[in-house]
Amino acid sequence: MTQVNRLGGGQIDRTKTLNFKFDNRNYTAHPGDTLASALLANGVRLMGRSFKYHRPRGVLSAGSEEPNALVELRKGSRKEPNTRATTIEMFDGLEANSQNRWPSLKFDALAINDQLSRFLTAGFYYKTFMWPAVFWEKFYEPLIRRAAGLGTLSMQDDPDEYDKGFRHCDLLIIGAGPAGLMAALTAGRAGSEVILADEDFALGGRLNSESFLLNDDQAEIWVAQTVAELSAMPNVRLMPRTTTIGAFDHGIYGAVEQTGDHLANLPTGKPRQILWRIYSKRALLCTGATERPIAFENNDRPGIMLAGALRSYANRFAATPARRVAIFTNNDDGHRTAADLHAKGVKIAAVVDVRVDAPTSGDYEVLRGAQVIDTKGRLGLAFVEVGLADGSNRTLDVGALGVSGGWNPNVHLTCHQRGRPTWDEGLSAFVPGETLPPGLAVAGAANGIMTTYGALQSGAQGAAQALELKGDLPTLPEAEDMPVRQTPFWYVQGCSRAWLDQQNDVTVKDVKLSHQEGFRSVEHLKRYTTLGMATDQGKTSNMGGLAIMAELAGKSIPETGTTIFRPPYTPVPIATFAGRLKGQEFHPTRLPPSHYWAKERGAVFVEVGNWLRAQWFPLPGETHWRQSVDREVRQTRASVGVCDCTTLGKIDVQGTDAADFLNRIYCNGFAKFAVGKTRYGLMLREDGIAMDDGTAARLAEDHFIVTTTTANAVKVYQHMEFVRQCLLPDMDVQLISTTEAWAQYAVAGPNSRKLLQKIVDPEFDISNEGFPFMGCGNVTVCGGLRARLFRISFSGELAFEIAVPSRYGDALMRRLMREGEEFNVVPYGTEALSVMRIEKGHAAGNELNGTTSALNLGMARMVSKKKDSIGATLSEREGLNQPDALMMVGVKPVNSGDKVTAGGHLMNASGPVDAANDQGYITSAAFSPSLDSHIGLGFLKNGGERQGEKMRLVSPLTELTVEVEIVSAHFVDPQGERLRA
Amino acid sequence: MRYSGFQVIKEALTGHKGWKPAWRDPEPKPQYDILIIGGGGHGLATAHYLAKVYGHRNVAVIEKGWIGGGNVGRNTTIIRSNYLLDGNEPFYEFSLKLWEGLEQDLNYNAMVSQRGIINLIHSDAQRDAFTRRGNAMILNGADAELLDADQVRREYPFLNFNNARFPIKGGLAQRRGGTVRHDAVAWGYARSADKNGVDIIQNCEVTGFRIENGRCLGVETSKGFIGAGKVGCAVAGNSGRLMGMAGMRLPIESHVLQAFVSEGLKPLLPGVITFGAGHFYVSQSDKGGLVFGGDLDGYNSYAQRGNLPVVEDVCEGGMALMPMIGRARLLRMWGGIMDMSMDGSPIIDRTHIDGLYFNGGWCYGGFKATPASGHCFAHLLAKDEPHPTATAYRLDRFRAGRMIDEKGMGNQPNLH
Amino acid sequence: MIIQHPLLGPRDSSEFVYLGDASLIDRPDWQAENAAEAFHDYAYLRDNPAGEHRELWFHEGGDRSWLVVTRNTVTHEISRVELARDVARTRGRSK
Repeated sequence: MTQVNRLGGGQIDRTKTLNFKFDNRNYTAHPGDTLASALLANGVRLMGRSFKYHRPRGVLSAGSEEPNALVELRKGSRKEPNTRATTIEMFDGLEANSQNRWPSLKFDALAINDQLSRFLTAGFYYKTFMWPAVFWEKFYEPLIRRAAGLGTLSMQDDPDEYDKGFRHCDLLIIGAGPAGLMAALTAGRAGSEVILADEDFALGGRLNSESFLLNDDQAEIWVAQTVAELSAMPNVRLMPRTTTIGAFDHGIYGAVEQTGDHLANLPTGKPRQILWRIYSKRALLCTGATERPIAFENNDRPGIMLAGALRSYANRFAATPARRVAIFTNNDDGHRTAADLHAKGVKIAAVVDVRVDAPTSGDYEVLRGAQVIDTKGRLGLAFVEVGLADGSNRTLDVGALGVSGGWNPNVHLTCHQRGRPTWDEGLSAFVPGETLPPGLAVAGAANGIMTTYGALQSGAQGAAQALELKGDLPTLPEAEDMPVRQTPFWYVQGCSRAWLDQQNDVTVKDVKLSHQEGFRSVEHLKRYTTLGMATDQGKTSNMGGLAIMAELAGKSIPETGTTIFRPPYTPVPIATFAGRLKGQEFHPTRLPPSHYWAKERGAVFVEVGNWLRAQWFPLPGETHWRQSVDREVRQTRASVGVCDCTTLGKIDVQGTDAADFLNRIYCNGFAKFAVGKTRYGLMLREDGIAMDDGTAARLAEDHFIVTTTTANAVKVYQHMEFVRQCLLPDMDVQLISTTEAWAQYAVAGPNSRKLLQKIVDPEFDISNEGFPFMGCGNVTVCGGLRARLFRISFSGELAFEIAVPSRYGDALMRRLMREGEEFNVVPYGTEALSVMRIEKGHAAGNELNGTTSALNLGMARMVSKKKDSIGATLSEREGLNQPDALMMVGVKPVNSGDKVTAGGHLMNASGPVDAANDQGYITSAAFSPSLDSHIGLGFLKNGGERQGEKMRLVSPLTELTVEVEIVSAHFVDPQGERLRA
Repeated sequence: MRYSGFQVIKEALTGHKGWKPAWRDPEPKPQYDILIIGGGGHGLATAHYLAKVYGHRNVAVIEKGWIGGGNVGRNTTIIRSNYLLDGNEPFYEFSLKLWEGLEQDLNYNAMVSQRGIINLIHSDAQRDAFTRRGNAMILNGADAELLDADQVRREYPFLNFNNARFPIKGGLAQRRGGTVRHDAVAWGYARSADKNGVDIIQNCEVTGFRIENGRCLGVETSKGFIGAGKVGCAVAGNSGRLMGMAGMRLPIESHVLQAFVSEGLKPLLPGVITFGAGHFYVSQSDKGGLVFGGDLDGYNSYAQRGNLPVVEDVCEGGMALMPMIGRARLLRMWGGIMDMSMDGSPIIDRTHIDGLYFNGGWCYGGFKATPASGHCFAHLLAKDEPHPTATAYRLDRFRAGRMIDEKGMGNQPNLH
Repeated sequence: MIIQHPLLGPRDSSEFVYLGDASLIDRPDWQAENAAEAFHDYAYLRDNPAGEHRELWFHEGGDRSWLVVTRNTVTHEISRVELARDVARTRGRSK
């Protein structure tokens, strides 16, 4: 297919031809094209369908403000729906398809909606589909959902890489048009660290689209020279294809660099996009302006576009939607388009200018005081109906119409911290307000300075002011400086199906209905009609809707208001915000020291927070996890087992006030206990609820090791630092977390001492007399390696925990296994650990669930009333001390063989089963190999006095009801004889 | 005017000339029986139920901006009643039942869509906790269903089942949960309240309370003094600011919660998914946008906007859960101000000032609570005693030690 | 956000963990007559201002200092950062 609408000149590289496909047809293009420009050059105007009425759509713009020409780019797992053809940089082999149409773009069945449009007005769905009630989910909604939406996702995992990074600079310049380039030149020559970011692949902004001269040269030559100079500066970083998406707090800007979107194939390892967080105390917003359309009847046909876009396509891309075009304008800029197109050999049928005093031209006809009142053409513009000043009509036979209603400064980022723009009467447009994000200044057209010279000048000055530069500014090139005045002209009187938001199909009629029904605030207008809610976020439509609402309400535009601009400036792939954190890399994985050894043993692992812990260690022949776990429990209780408990938090507490400090942290007494002893401690939150439990071991007068549960290690450390720094600042005490520094293993079971005696160096007496229950101390192992030994037990057996510096953890585990062979030592995982602690009736995470008090846990007497400790006072509130308060109990099924369900609720033996009769719940449950029965721990109202009671354990969720007996939580060795053995 | 399919057709054929404003635009009267401060979902719902259920028609709702502009207009539209604790579950179940009949009650299609919600399970402890919760729901008359991994996979085959850092081990489903078109809730309640005689007064900002001898007589506003027999405050997000004018300190902090929407896509997500381990939840609107969110930014804020770290955190959660959304584009982010209470549960109660009533502390459960909150607040205002499903939502529960702490986080609001 | 750490200079807020109102430093006397009431107010009631707010941040990803940050809750502007320990001492806390 030939490029029938390719013009001469332009910034495309004609020496290379690129092949691409749109809707499975082959076309050719050149480097420098966008998909939109290439399609236009190939004579394609129809590129999409609108959201609601499925009207045919072509391009409206030549940039990121595009609402219409949305396509599905690429194929398979790389398919990207809703991609703006106007910003897709052409590459060889590009494939794109139109979307939101069935069966084809030209014949779209849902175009029937357009015929029904009088029924489908703004908000019609709020008034109907209510009868019968069940029909909504079953019938109406599925219908609406299928019709709605735009493109489709591939439903396959995104295969590309994404990355994130930080950048810092003295001045971030957002936008590389005349203002941005001049600002970069000024700051760069002064030696400042500069980042110049622009969303386009070609720097230069609007200068690339204009035919006028800078210093007697084409503007693009000045751009090329300037970019060359900037590129050579080591202190200037040019970032094309980089959209600054948001201005966040304290000078942090989000920017998305499209590093791979313009490539046919991403080289391995190269990210598709990078999210940059740019930290800059100063930023200069040089984002230019966006042209605004005029609403008139049927103004949405393919071929009707912004006049400035028409000019961009002709000048920069050497493409035109048609060989014969017209212009509809209310300002001089529209005439510039006519002149440029005429110079390129495009026939100008007429310039329709609403002003009676519009300038005239010798090259083409100007219809002064005229307006476009209708258009025709089913899949593309064919005729334009013009109402002339004398009241007569004239039909223009054209394939394209450029429309200009003036230009709106791109103030977007100035509002990201909730600043409001202010109304400029001369421009009839919003310009940046007084409250800008701190450190941000605005230059050029974004600041309402609409001439090229003005933009250059304000860019230079803006940079100089931001950086407080002294001395002369760089010499500015000569450039056009025609004063710009914009008289508002929003819509043609009498029009009704005149589009404001072309993607969402919001027309002038809808705005009128919104007003009629009382939805008059801008936000109501937006939400009721969906104006400005499309993928372009109303960049070309919000102003028109606002102006019409203002007129209907008899108010000025600034009185009527403006909607809030929110990040991102243009839509950003979700994957870009996620970067590399996906799949296994989503969160860091913490490995305990015995991990690799456990892996060799074939352990099954489980995620515990960020830790990966061995859950059980299956042996050959074991087919069910219970076999492994039961064996681990039995063998530990019969002889000896070893479990990696490194994940428990360890906090080293040192200082002359360390004991006093712990006495304040724990609710039970800690002031006096001997060196070489370990004590169980319960920490409360200030609200009197249990925070965590663990042990504190006193290694020296001024040295303690505090342990926490795995889950609360971080929180407890933070809390202790809070108490130390904020509540007790003069205490001589220091804290440091040593969780990762020490590998710690529980060695449990009747033979644990015998095993450890083979490990601990002989000069240390670890007999029951020399190292009794709750003893602790520094020892050496394996011939001189420093270690810590604690005689504490979670399993209820005679047990120790032994700690060595982490780098010896793997070796110690292997040594324990080797030396333990004669005792038939068994490694056990978290599951056996949990079974044994349930058998012993120790509370763990399921019981310390953030709502249970010391009283609930059966430890009310531990809360000392003789001292000031965190949480003690508020633990005394009456609601926490009710006579029927929940108390921790054990439960056993009455019929052996029945299962206890964690999460089941306890109900009286008879009576109704409902929330009102709820007596408590089961927190933990397990099969106990020691008792040969399922058992559970739970909380029961007045549970302390209900031992022996028969109750029903109900779990309607899993459809189970089991008769259970309330028993002591200490199923195994209630007297604690084993652990003292 | 009654809305119906017939009416839509009739108006379409006659040029839409007959549609009336959805609510009047009255000037405030000098005195009302009951004055509601806050034209958000809860305030408007309160007015609706006061008029329709409790027969109070001399009622006004005053709103400092435009109605529905607070959290009812900036949430992620989810409804559910999957709560654990006795103080909460009956209330949220009451709310869900009101949602189920909302359109017919209001004659307004708020698109209540019971497409189901699934809370994913990633560990045994989480399954235990969700089992307890599911049982509590059923015991309170709600629906709940425990799914294993295969069942979740059948419904959501595109979740990350192959390479997940936190493997999906099941889910707790509530089929009656779903989403609602949030703006329409405010409009529907406003229209109904207005029809029943309630004055809805926009652009009317409260500047102070008139309190004499321990009794609230009315409020000073930007439109002058408005007297009232009873004043009900329903301004969640700004509760601290407003009640400060009455000299009250509250067990509430204001925090920013961000929410996000993607570009419109053809249907891909049937229901609501909550990924607790990854701080991410998502649904798809009827218009096709993926509506998603995550955690609070974490610091006190009235700014209605947040910062990048949470945006990244939420999207990381999204990619971890369903890597196929990578190429969907995030279109817009925004922030709402959350009344974060000290136990994560709300307050509907009298204050120590006669005639002054408070409704707030909704944390991020406010939207789903809208009908029940309105109903229960109306009940309290009309009868001076709490509605049976809202008896736990007392202001003095912290003094009494009767917290309703679903998450077990204690008195740190940003953790709830 | 960027927090000017008094010892370490500007640090990104993502290195920190937020707690809440700096009044949490002013923990009541457990032996006072009205201790129950005072602890209730301390633990539960907040000024929650729209404007300047003194608040506690913990430098978890740094030197583990608790800081008192004075920050505007409407604009997020930070006007002052102090070591919480210093603040605690000036508020009369000792050991």
